[in-house]
Amino acid sequence: MLILARKKNESIKIGDNITVSVVEIKGDQVKLGIDAPDSVKIFRNEVYDAIQKENKNAAQTPGSLKGLGDFFPPQK
Amino acid sequence: MEILSKPFGRITIDERQILEFPNGLMGFEGLKKYALMDSDQPPFYWLQSLDIPDVAFVLISPYVFRPDYVLDIPGEDADALEFEAQEDLLTFAICTIPENPKEMTANLQGPLVINRKKRLGIQSISLDSKWQVKHGILKEMDGGE
Repeated sequence: MLILARKKNESIKIGDNITVSVVEIKGDQVKLGIDAPDSVKIFRNEVYDAIQKENKNAAQTPGSLKGLGDFFPPQK
Repeated sequence: MEILSKPFGRITIDERQILEFPNGLMGFEGLKKYALMDSDQPPFYWLQSLDIPDVAFVLISPYVFRPDYVLDIPGEDADALEFEAQEDLLTFAICTIPENPKEMTANLQGPLVINRKKRLGIQSISLDSKWQVKHGILKEMDGGE
């Protein structure tokens, strides 16, 4: 992991198209600004963690779905 | 071809059921080949790993219980699907079925999107933060939120 120290209003460029800036520092919270092409996905890490965790929960589902279809109206 | 599946044991599938997930699923990145299969309990489907028989996911189409669901995913994920028309895409949510099946939930925050023409799939992330990893399927089907 590359670690760089930045002060407020300083920024970092990642690749040719992504810039991360320190917008504000308040106590232990840092507000970051990210300038990137629209297509680039940017998410808080917690989102990835939550999906990963839920995938692992889902993989525990037993192989038998007995009766589960009964809860639904007949499908077209 | 014959495969080993979690729900059905040894079964025969058609090559056309085989999907490639170039980045796997989150937490299962190393598993890239899956078979999409009907379950014996519609409207559910199974996504069966072809690498590890014990890894299989129950899927449901979000529209079954949330007709208001809109697929809104990052551009780079949409590009990765290499689709030409919207109709080429299938959207699924991975379900978690707990001890009490009535409490089954679906992950609408990390939908599976499949290009059925290219047999390519990804797990993306919804850009709309109202979609969460646990939506109560039966509760929301009845209009609860």
